Amino acid sequence: MTATVDRGTLDRGTPPALRRGRVLAATLTCLVAVVLAGLYGITAGSSSLTVADVAAVLVGQGTGGQELIVYQLRMPRVVGGILVGAALGLAGALTQTFARNPLATPDILGVTSGASFGAVLAIVVGGGTYAVAPGLLTLGLPAMAALGALVTSAVVYGLAWRGGIDSFRLILIGIGTTAALTGLTQYMVARAQITEAGAATQWLVGSLSGISWASVWPVLAALVVLAPLAWSQVRDLGIGQLGDEVSIGLGVSLQRHRLLVILCAVLLVAAAVSASGPIEFVAFVAPQIALRLARTDRPPLAASALVGALVVVGGDGLARGLLPGEVPVGIITAVVGAPYLIWLLTRSRGGSA
Amino acid sequence: MLTTTTTGRPRRALAVAALLVAVAAACLVSLLLGSNRLGLGTVLTALVDRSQDVGDVVWGSRVPRTVLGLLVGACMGVAGAVMQGQTRNPLADPGIFGVTAGAGLAVVIGLYVFDASSVLATLVLALVGAAVASVVVFSVAALGRGLSSPVPLAIAGTAVSALLIAATSYLVLADETTLAGYRIWVVGSLSGRSLTGITPALVFAVLGLLCAVANMRSLDTLALGTELATGLGESLLRARLVGLAAITLLTASAVALTGPIGFVGLTAPHLARALVGGGHRWLLPASGLVGAVVLLVCDVVGRLIAGTAEVEVGVVLTVLGGVAFVLIVRRGRMARL
Repeated sequence: MTATVDRGTLDRGTPPALRRGRVLAATLTCLVAVVLAGLYGITAGSSSLTVADVAAVLVGQGTGGQELIVYQLRMPRVVGGILVGAALGLAGALTQTFARNPLATPDILGVTSGASFGAVLAIVVGGGTYAVAPGLLTLGLPAMAALGALVTSAVVYGLAWRGGIDSFRLILIGIGTTAALTGLTQYMVARAQITEAGAATQWLVGSLSGISWASVWPVLAALVVLAPLAWSQVRDLGIGQLGDEVSIGLGVSLQRHRLLVILCAVLLVAAAVSASGPIEFVAFVAPQIALRLARTDRPPLAASALVGALVVVGGDGLARGLLPGEVPVGIITAVVGAPYLIWLLTRSRGGSA
Repeated sequence: MLTTTTTGRPRRALAVAALLVAVAAACLVSLLLGSNRLGLGTVLTALVDRSQDVGDVVWGSRVPRTVLGLLVGACMGVAGAVMQGQTRNPLADPGIFGVTAGAGLAVVIGLYVFDASSVLATLVLALVGAAVASVVVFSVAALGRGLSSPVPLAIAGTAVSALLIAATSYLVLADETTLAGYRIWVVGSLSGRSLTGITPALVFAVLGLLCAVANMRSLDTLALGTELATGLGESLLRARLVGLAAITLLTASAVALTGPIGFVGLTAPHLARALVGGGHRWLLPASGLVGAVVLLVCDVVGRLIAGTAEVEVGVVLTVLGGVAFVLIVRRGRMARL
């Protein structure tokens, strides 16, 4: 290993055991932080419960009103926030490693823009009908978002396929597709009735306020199935950092591996976005924070997922506990995550994908 | 990947000449076509003699739009090429240093606090917001000694942009009048602008172009990697400062004039790189020309596509441009950075 590598970022000189220790320590710290933030999220809100109240409810000693608040309102929101954040963080780590580019969030696969297009279409076109039956909106929106996400990513992948997937071509095609769909979405928002434009803008920022147990289960299912699959690709992702030629030379079946990684990222984001709307920033910021905490040269998957969960559930808890009114979590995640990443940036000597 | 070495001087000169012809043709089409179709002779006489019947249409609408499209398209194209050269990142658009987001927040604050919606007020607000945002991003990266690597600059820019966009969304969601103004501004449009208001932006744009020209040699050296660049006697701080000044001035004036039209800056350099290769002496002018052609053509399409109504150039650009870009990428061999 040559000594000319940017030592501040890669830490090549550190013994492997110590490096693994750092990753483990960062992961465990994040885990503890997520649990604490989740507990805070259950106590915080417009009708405040003490820690004792919550503990009483959890062991079956609470009043009926308290049980309703904890089990039907706070719990799905906190659990949903953790799962959505974890899914986004993990998906971001996968795409940033896959493309070897810190700016490559799952957005470049067309997932987010597809979901946004589907949802805004449902709001604007179906606005009149849904206004009569608001129940349809809660069911129809996530379905349309998921449909938009999956169709768009399939189209992007199909267009990028030319006897194989080249990550650079995939990125460029993702940029074009995302732009086209974003343009159409903006056009719909600009031409819609102002109330529907407001509803669409609200959805586009991302929020946990509409989340219920029904919207939590798909995200949980996606994570349970896809997280192990993503983990099984970790070794290949590491080799992928070395470039295509080296990877093939080392015997990685590149095309199947790429399809798997992309599929994981797409499905995770589709599930998350359908539940909460596009909380776009999380997929970018969580892996970047995680790799600086663990001081690795690529985003550690588990820590990225946990930082994502922490940013979403912590941000949502803070918004409900400290701020008046309902501030969408998409705004808070940026307010919580961006300054922290900036602080980490000013302290480190550089960074890599 | 090898286009830099395989593209010879004659071919590059030919490509730039073809682009110049395309720009001229696009200008002409932009003057002639619209909801009110004019003949070549009519336009030419009206250009010379403003008192003609169609003088109002030509001087009041067609000429400003064409000049704006030319200027903004070229600014965004050049800014995008400088940005991708500075960050060595194909995903970098001119807005990535927070310039666009800063301008957006300033415009929204103007709408929210002062109800300022005039073209001149928007222009000044956008310029101030863009300048403040880019200085913050540069300081963050410089504090972390991140100037030697382009990655912290890009990450700091994305993080600061996200903060600014969050603040923008908060204000927009809090106030319906602000949303009403903002949702129109954010799409980006060339219509309803007169040439009288553009002087300050024009000054900024020219300054930005000069900075970009001054930065060309540094961009080529930076492409070799920062260590080699420093070894060749390149001052990193100066190279970054001049590049940042170019990007901020160009993007700020473009965003102030038409709203955020980011897609040109992101894609024009990729198309130009496929035509003339990666050397910045050719790439910067080619990117500017590609940007101008694309923006003008999309504006004309927006005028015609919906009959007498009009579709904003920002929408046409992203939708049509997005689809076209996908097709080009699929067919052609794109040159890597």
